[in-house]
Amino acid sequence: MTAQSPETSESPETPDPKTDDALVSVRGLKVHFPIRGGAFLSRTTGYVYAVDGVDLEIKRGTTLGLVGESGCGKSTLGRAILRLVPVTEGSVWVDGVDVATLKGEDLRRERQNMQMVFQDPLASLNPRQSIETILTEPLREHGIEYNRETRVRELLEKVGLPASAARKYPHEFSGGQRQRIGIARAIAMEPAFVIADEPVSALDVSIQAQVLNLLEELQDDLGLTYLVIAHDLAVVRHVSDEVAVMYLGGIVEHADSDELYNEPMHPYTKALMSAVPVPDPVVEETRERILLTGDLPSPANPPNGCRFHTRCPFRQETRCDTERPELRELRAGHRVACHWAEEIEAGKITAREVTAADAALSFEPQVQVQES
Amino acid sequence: MTVTADFVDSSTPATETTRRGALNDDGTLLSVRDLAVTFGVRGQKEVRAVDEVSFDIRPGEHIGLVGESGSGKSVTSLAIMGLLPKRGVRTSGEVRYNDENILGWPPRKMSGIRGRDIAMVFQDPMTSLNPVVPIGIQITEVLRRHFELSKKDASARAGDLLVRVGIPDPKRRLGEYPHQLSGGMRQRMLIAIALACEPRLLIADEPTTALDVTIQAQILELLKELVADTGAALLMITHDLGVVAGLCDKVNVMYSGRIVESATRRVLFGNPRHPYTGGLLESVPRLDSPRGAPLKPIPGSPTNVLPWTRGCAFAPRCGNAVERCATDPPELRPDGDRELRCHNPLSADQRTEAVTP
Repeated sequence: MTAQSPETSESPETPDPKTDDALVSVRGLKVHFPIRGGAFLSRTTGYVYAVDGVDLEIKRGTTLGLVGESGCGKSTLGRAILRLVPVTEGSVWVDGVDVATLKGEDLRRERQNMQMVFQDPLASLNPRQSIETILTEPLREHGIEYNRETRVRELLEKVGLPASAARKYPHEFSGGQRQRIGIARAIAMEPAFVIADEPVSALDVSIQAQVLNLLEELQDDLGLTYLVIAHDLAVVRHVSDEVAVMYLGGIVEHADSDELYNEPMHPYTKALMSAVPVPDPVVEETRERILLTGDLPSPANPPNGCRFHTRCPFRQETRCDTERPELRELRAGHRVACHWAEEIEAGKITAREVTAADAALSFEPQVQVQES
Repeated sequence: MTVTADFVDSSTPATETTRRGALNDDGTLLSVRDLAVTFGVRGQKEVRAVDEVSFDIRPGEHIGLVGESGSGKSVTSLAIMGLLPKRGVRTSGEVRYNDENILGWPPRKMSGIRGRDIAMVFQDPMTSLNPVVPIGIQITEVLRRHFELSKKDASARAGDLLVRVGIPDPKRRLGEYPHQLSGGMRQRMLIAIALACEPRLLIADEPTTALDVTIQAQILELLKELVADTGAALLMITHDLGVVAGLCDKVNVMYSGRIVESATRRVLFGNPRHPYTGGLLESVPRLDSPRGAPLKPIPGSPTNVLPWTRGCAFAPRCGNAVERCATDPPELRPDGDRELRCHNPLSADQRTEAVTP
């Protein structure tokens, strides 16, 4: 039983899989986790608004990157698309099927088509199963015929591991190799859609590139569609065709990868981009850095109006704290959830500048623009 | 073989901060010479985690120690602080401070320096704060230990410190427990504790790895500011080349327990000569590089090493490896504007390839 949302909205329209080039289409998705309290923990005292009204589309054969800070709901969104957490409201269309309403056997069968690569490769592989068992378990589970001699070798070859790996166990591999096994398991079902949740953040820097390149090769070979969830903007930019930026349960900006990185329009995206350190002293010394003060507010008690207004350096007197901005298409394919995006873009509104001492003493959201 | 800081930017203040204690004879604040740390487990082969590590830290200077997990960077910092376990560990070499070798000092003697002259910020703020002790006590503890302040004075000072690290409403916060704070706040607390006694050297071991990017930017900015205010020197230990690029005067790159390249940051990032440094820079996706430019990964994994006693540890993964690399261990030698441990460094055209994004 899924939790009932305190809010309701109209039922979303049904996309037509024949004409739509989107493989995955998410409409008005909400995932609210009830907070239980009271003497027998049976009373619901509130909700954690982990995902609160998300619309997304992923075109066939492309990669959508989803970035955001920890606690913004990006992993919950990914898990909700695969129905690994209960969906409160909204619909998720994967290859013409509304996954959000499926149950039992139908859902289990639909899962063949969508697979996941997890963050921690050691925790997501059973330590007592050999690699061969790990790779063939999903095939057996779904009753798919396979050639015992060749299938495992084929899979291992695809992810760049020797055939001898089949008889080994997860602990015998390094982190990067384990992640390759996780990827091999995901593609064993020949899915159309793969979600990779932080696929490289647990790996050493020199290994990350190997895994990213592998994901890209597999996409070219197998025509996969990816949703890559990560907190590292550089990684997301590298692998994605389109990027969606998430803040506190909602998408604040969604655009083509190059467009987003060249011209971020939402204040949060701007701050996020300026915060990423670049391994180049010349760039580091010249660029302008927008510092946000404070932390992500609690998703159990999100701010009214724009979720970002408590930390936003561009906040205005009106609208920001009362009205939640819609995701508006300001340019072709570039959607932004900000009331003042045009004015900020035109330079009519500038970021407030505060000294470090003020920032330390006050609860108010402030920004410190500094050039070194 | 030693690394001397004779190519340090002349802009760094080399004369100041004699306000407390003396410097070493050669004008350095802390000087590490041929540090080696060996871990032994009975019945198993010994592991040499750190070997031949030498570097200098001058007053006010920011030094970076970069490497992947297992490269020995954290063990180096623990050895300097005297925090390695007593059993099963052998250390050799020198850590000179105040013209004395503090390596292997007894704990009682070491605790006079630790926290007061040399302080440390750890990676994980949740595990390095005591979860059952209010934050106020954890900050005043270090103040009272070193300055013999009264409880009242100490907590007044702790309040000031919290304001300085950007924590609003210090009175309330001092009575709170670590779990009541967010990750960024906890890291600020740790920095407050580390800077409470205005140390001469702050060792920051991956201080931002557990944090989000926007919080990371806040913390790095704060560290930079506070270190500049107090005139402390900074030893920054990280795996993130981006963090080092914006912060450190000089960078030491470690691989498998030894320093393989050491230079000022502009030289190092503009012109990496060790194949490992170059490989690292090329394999990291950059925010400002054009999309679709393929990453050139370093093949193999960091566990795939040759023992330094036999040859170059990086040789099995190195694209530039020559026959000598597997048989003859390279030495750390001065090479123009840097120190380098390599038989066949990247050539000029390989380097231009590496720097053009």
